[in-house]
Amino acid sequence: MSHPYHSWGKALIDFFASLRLTISLFIILSITSIFGTVIPQGDIPHEYLHGISQTKLKIYESLNLFDMYHAWWFIGILVLFTINLFVCSARRIPHVWRYISSPLTVLDESVLSGLNCRLLIPLNGARIQNAKLQELIKKKFGTSIVTEIDSAVHLFSERTVISRLSVYVTHLSIVIIFIGSIIGSLFGYKGYVMITEGGMVSTVQTKSGKTVDLGFSLRCEDFSVNLYPNGSPKEFKSILTVVDKGGAAVRGFTRVPVIVNDPLTYAGLTFYQSSYGKNGNHSFSVSSNDGKSSQIILVPNQEVGRLPDGSLIRVTESTPDVSQYIPGKQGAAAQVEIQPANGGQGRSSVIFANHPDENVRNALQSGGPVIGYNGISGEKEYTGLQVTKDPGVWVVWIGCILLILGIYGAFLMSHRRIWIRITDVDITVAGHASKNQAAFTKTFEELADAVRKQISEEA
Amino acid sequence: MTSSLLFNITTFAYLVSMLCFFVHLASRNEHIGTAGSYTAFGGLLVQTVAILLRWKESYDLGMGHAPLSNLYESVVFFSWTIVLVFAFVDFKFRYRVIGAFVIPFALLGMAWGQLGLDSGIQPLVPALQSNWLIYHVITCFLGYAAFAVACGISIMYLLVTRTGLEEEKTRKGFLSMFPPSSILDEINYRAIMVGFPLLTLGIVTGAIWANYAWGTYWSWDPKETWSLIVWFVYAAFLHARFTRGWVGRRAAWLSITGFAATIFCYLGVNLLLSGLHSYGGN
Ligand code: HEM
Repeated sequence: MSHPYHSWGKALIDFFASLRLTISLFIILSITSIFGTVIPQGDIPHEYLHGISQTKLKIYESLNLFDMYHAWWFIGILVLFTINLFVCSARRIPHVWRYISSPLTVLDESVLSGLNCRLLIPLNGARIQNAKLQELIKKKFGTSIVTEIDSAVHLFSERTVISRLSVYVTHLSIVIIFIGSIIGSLFGYKGYVMITEGGMVSTVQTKSGKTVDLGFSLRCEDFSVNLYPNGSPKEFKSILTVVDKGGAAVRGFTRVPVIVNDPLTYAGLTFYQSSYGKNGNHSFSVSSNDGKSSQIILVPNQEVGRLPDGSLIRVTESTPDVSQYIPGKQGAAAQVEIQPANGGQGRSSVIFANHPDENVRNALQSGGPVIGYNGISGEKEYTGLQVTKDPGVWVVWIGCILLILGIYGAFLMSHRRIWIRITDVDITVAGHASKNQAAFTKTFEELADAVRKQISEEA
Repeated sequence: MTSSLLFNITTFAYLVSMLCFFVHLASRNEHIGTAGSYTAFGGLLVQTVAILLRWKESYDLGMGHAPLSNLYESVVFFSWTIVLVFAFVDFKFRYRVIGAFVIPFALLGMAWGQLGLDSGIQPLVPALQSNWLIYHVITCFLGYAAFAVACGISIMYLLVTRTGLEEEKTRKGFLSMFPPSSILDEINYRAIMVGFPLLTLGIVTGAIWANYAWGTYWSWDPKETWSLIVWFVYAAFLHARFTRGWVGRRAAWLSITGFAATIFCYLGVNLLLSGLHSYGGN
């Protein structure tokens, strides 16, 4: 640094505006982002937590690495990034604005020396009307600004000067995208509803565990699954109707088909087809430990039931025919999770309808009662819908459009300028392009040829 | 005529093209270089027909969809985009040797697809039935292809400038065929300047698709995160370049790093990590 800083304030602004910081942040963001792709995020599988050492676990937890994209330090990097972007752009914009609003229309020596396309054509006594020259420029560069100074006439034209702003549009768009996502996380929520066929819901369970009143009701008129010839699913379709507080179907929102990739939006909420399944009660026979008496318990699908000894039981998966999963076994089966009442370690096991010996072995291993499976009854199809309220999503899309326009402008648009200076003895043609020099040089030479031709015609 | 036969012909054409380029490098025979280019263009043509035919075949099987839906189809499409971008570079800059460093990527893709992957036409699961997915895949892979070309060019750059001597003195043997290092640097930059906007479009269209399918435009899923990492690396490349004048070997290394991240984003995430996009995993 050749000159000392005048104040800390300036040093700070210089720091925040520096490109060295930008490049460092790009690299830091790249490297830190990798952590979140190799360390599981959100719901961590038990096996993973048991597999890593205690110290590792402590470090991960203290750095919030299991939810790292929301960790204070990651958000901090993004904030720094935004400040960098903002300060750096804000500092340059006035300069660029001046550049755009007051172009150098006079081709003096200082301008000329900075241009790489230039050409001097002696007039040798020929006289040329500058209107003719303007005509020549007009095709490729538009109408020119004419300035007369010291007996010389200067013509100036430019194209797509606006591309000089595109860098800042790009930068601004990123800030807009951030703003949109913040609006979404402050004022929106995500949730999930399950509606059985013919049923209706008016509340939704959010991801953070709250229950939100929709302000209307949603009825599932019908649900269907379409299969490909080979049996894999082709389409899941819910037919939904919005019902207002008074119980009447809302016009325009009656029997709306909703499929994956084609959601339903009503009153700022969007419902996405996300899953489906069957609701009903699983029936289990639980034998007392002496094997003499047996009791039937019912466990609603997707919910938690209670065994006679107070343990909690939940069905994680069930099938009417287990043979496709466990070769050699037939009939219905359910995979359950049992959480003992005394708070001990939970366990997961498969309970069969047709293999009581397996069920006994299971009980011996776990020390619990012998449980048999009797299948599911009272089944009804339900549709599972993801519910999203995101008032910031439009801001994000506007940001994305600006991002694409900005990047297009920055990389693929060239600011081209052309000057012609006419004196009594000669003509100087000069030009400059911010991009794609080769193509511009060609255009420039064509123009120069046209000017020469014009001169020889006038002579 | 089936698409699978045409894909085999394509693979063979790229193999021949690559060998021509290698012989061109060794022998410095211009005609063989030209033959390499034209074989590659021929392969590109056959591959175009094959992709369209496979599209039609999927309709004949009652599950019509664009051939961009699984790992096999994507790797075939990736090869196609690489040769397409190579064709542009070849026409614009007319340095045949570049083929020796770009066509191998396309051949690798085709050979892996034909020999190592399940090429059966599969039905499209509901989440993938969206036009946005098609725009997403096309823009992403065109971007990736531009990065692949930039990577090949960067390898050439590193070879030419290897010894740190005056460039002219290092140009012995096959290196004498190479374009001047300043041209290589320029093509590297131009390719990334085309790839970066395409990648940006790819990320945005992916976000739009995710928003239609799941109601979340961004969920920090590993694939999304890796595409952002790739984007950051090339953003660093571009900023370093037009503001700090990072040209030459450092730019070449950054370009190669960017392509390594791209390949990890494309394959590593599907094969090694898990997430929403793991459909390509088998
Ligand atoms: C990820 C986000 C970013 C993107 C996509 C982006 C994009 C761009 C683009 C497209 C250009 C124009 C390139 C050209 O003229 O050839 C540019 C220039 C520039 N960017 Fe960024 N940028 C980003 C972040 C940043 C940040 C954080 C800074 C902070 C200082 C920054 C500082 C600059 C500067 C100083 C220029 C040169 C402007 C000029 O030539 O007047 N960029 N950026």
